[in-house]
Amino acid sequence: MRPLDESETTIVFGKLFKFVGNNLKNIVGQNPSHEGPDSNPGGYCFRLQKNKVYYVSEALVKRATTIARPNLVSLGTCIGKLTHGGSVHLIVQSLNLLASNAKHKVWLKPTSEMSFLYGNHVLKSALGRITENIAPGDGVVVFSMSDVPLGLGIVAKSTQDCRKLDPNGIVVLHQADIGGYLRMEDEL
Amino acid sequence: MAATALSKKKTTKSQKAPPKKKQKNEFFSTKHTATKELSDHSDTEDEEIVQNEDSEGDIGGSDSVSELSSDGDKPFTDDFLQGSEEDEGSKSGSGSDSDSDSDEYDIEKKSRAIDEERAREEQEADEEMQLNIKEESDEFRLPTKEELEEESERPPDLPSIQRRIKEIVRVLTNFKNLKQEGAPRKDYIEQLKKDLASYYGYNDFLIGALVEMFPVVELMELIEAFEKPRPMCLRTNTLKTRRRDLADVLINRGVNLDPLSKWSKVGLVVYDSQVPIGATPEYMAGFYMLQSASSFLPVMALAPQEKDRVVDMAAAPGGKTTYIAALMKNSGIIFANEMKPQRLNSLTANLHRMGVTNTIVSNYDGKQLPKVLGLNSVDRVLLDAPCSGTGVISKDESVKTSKSLEDIQNCAHLQKQLILAAIDMVDANSKSGGYIVYSTCSMMVAENEAVIDYALKKRDVKLVPCGLDFGCPGFIRFREQRFHPSLEKTRRFYPHVHNMDGFFVAKLKKMSNKKPNVDPSDPPENTEEGTRLAENEEEGTRLAKEEVGLSQSVKENSKRERTKLTKEKQDSSDGATGNGNVESLSTASKWKKRKFPSKEDVSKAREEKRQALRAEKRKVKSAS
Repeated sequence: MRPLDESETTIVFGKLFKFVGNNLKNIVGQNPSHEGPDSNPGGYCFRLQKNKVYYVSEALVKRATTIARPNLVSLGTCIGKLTHGGSVHLIVQSLNLLASNAKHKVWLKPTSEMSFLYGNHVLKSALGRITENIAPGDGVVVFSMSDVPLGLGIVAKSTQDCRKLDPNGIVVLHQADIGGYLRMEDEL
Repeated sequence: MAATALSKKKTTKSQKAPPKKKQKNEFFSTKHTATKELSDHSDTEDEEIVQNEDSEGDIGGSDSVSELSSDGDKPFTDDFLQGSEEDEGSKSGSGSDSDSDSDEYDIEKKSRAIDEERAREEQEADEEMQLNIKEESDEFRLPTKEELEEESERPPDLPSIQRRIKEIVRVLTNFKNLKQEGAPRKDYIEQLKKDLASYYGYNDFLIGALVEMFPVVELMELIEAFEKPRPMCLRTNTLKTRRRDLADVLINRGVNLDPLSKWSKVGLVVYDSQVPIGATPEYMAGFYMLQSASSFLPVMALAPQEKDRVVDMAAAPGGKTTYIAALMKNSGIIFANEMKPQRLNSLTANLHRMGVTNTIVSNYDGKQLPKVLGLNSVDRVLLDAPCSGTGVISKDESVKTSKSLEDIQNCAHLQKQLILAAIDMVDANSKSGGYIVYSTCSMMVAENEAVIDYALKKRDVKLVPCGLDFGCPGFIRFREQRFHPSLEKTRRFYPHVHNMDGFFVAKLKKMSNKKPNVDPSDPPENTEEGTRLAENEEEGTRLAKEEVGLSQSVKENSKRERTKLTKEKQDSSDGATGNGNVESLSTASKWKKRKFPSKEDVSKAREEKRQALRAEKRKVKSAS
């Protein structure tokens, strides 16, 4: 387990920025954590273990140092994996963190929830609501109509273009969804 | 005359029927209702009545015929009567002699004959009844050796085995009255064991163990309960939702569920469902966890508070860990440990899915955890020990045949080591705890009460009530073993009593951080060995073997220094110098005595060594 170095930090923050925008300060900054047995909560930080980026509170990090590297499996929340090419893939476990801070949201119709949960991209016909002013390439959190977070995606078209799109056009590219807990349990 | 005879017969007929039926009532009142009796059990009787009635009917018929015919036919009808009487095998009595008698005499004779017939029929009916009963009770004798050999050659006849099982159970419940002459109780039990093993598919060891633990009737209930699966339960994840809201959403999806019981505020039991309950979007969003009801119990007993430090030593697949995190509301810190790497995936996946953020997952052997995390460093420990699984036979049928005495003993050995490790990790002086909860999904005494008893002897812990009052208390004695009386505070759960898997829960409180025995890592401890070691040490310090004594006592000293600090990581190879483990606040005077002389000896030894060195130096100086 080690802290992220410069390049890695920029990559991770860049990716997060796509999803949460200015709310990034909520995540990265001195977010008081209620974890850890101490009475004064520290903040959160990022750590790297076996190419996975973890978002943990500092109190946990202190206590995890006694565990040897081959035996440490997970800390706090895993939010993504670093790839060989140097970019980071955000994975579905980061959903809890991102959903509360998301800048752009998309709501799906109840009938097409399952399609997204199987890993398909979001078509125009599935779209229930969408926040304004989305630029293409932005990260977006996908919700169901009952405000249950379903997954993450990258927007393919801006909000204006979405309105003009035919029903079978892809609006959001699928990145991660909660169906992965069942489909890809081994890869998480 | 014929008419009166007819009417007489008819009245006798009607009078005959009720008294007989009443007698039937007496015999079979326990089992059947009055209506059924008439149809079922008086079958043979009915036949007789029918026969009688038929014959009487015939007689009556012939009589009525004879009414139409002239009186000259009377002797003919008399012959008929007499003939039928003789056919029924009656005593001769009146018989053919009455031919020449007067009519009144005939009637008397006839009525007597009818009375006798009735009495005879009643007697026959009684005898037949007795015969039936005798057949049923006498029929059960233990099969002889030849019969058993015959049976083993043929393929097993399940209905007959089941009948035999039921019969043996009935005999054993009322052994004095129903037993066969000269057959000891043991024979019946042996036969029962064999039959149960072949009918239900158990191996001999497991059946023997169960027979020892339960009385026969309860044993049958238990085995029947093992054949059926327990209802599926789920636990609401209070980090994300409330039970009421979750129940509403699931009911809308078409799941038939109910709150679990009054002892749980987060449990729901699922009766049936139109959608796969493990694949709903709510499941994937982490609103609930599929878990058996018995898995709620150890966490409820542990009762973790917020901001506690908790260790879960065998955490996969994570149901209990996530429950602990939910109870702590994601505060504090949880160390979830799992030894097998294949199960780690499910553990991390479940933790993330349920939104748990205060957990560190590690992959260690539970016995090494105290070294890694430090002794006396956490507030609570949950040890859901790996066990033989004899309580969850309804989930996994292979346990019936695959467990042997060795397996149980291996499990027990491992559990003893793990529980000592668990106790060592807890800080007795913690403000909010110092509790260890030990639980298994097994019913064997060797894995449950024996392990707790061992822990009570080896460490300064005591049993406290679990808070689960609806369970059965644990055994204080079992066959030849006697356990500490506080073991009644442990709780056992059975499938046939509580409708959940067989389970055992015990809650220990650590009273102080000292270890009263010499060797913590060897389970079979001998106090004699301890005293022998102590004697050796004393000798070693006193004798001229300074170096040995010095090294030992130096180790001792440094160990004592280390024990004064709160945090330490001792090596498990303390075997040789076990005394060093004792803290300064020891109560036994034996330990105190040993300490003081060794301190003086240490300083003496050191002085002597220093003088020896100086002497050597002088020698070297003078030599050069």
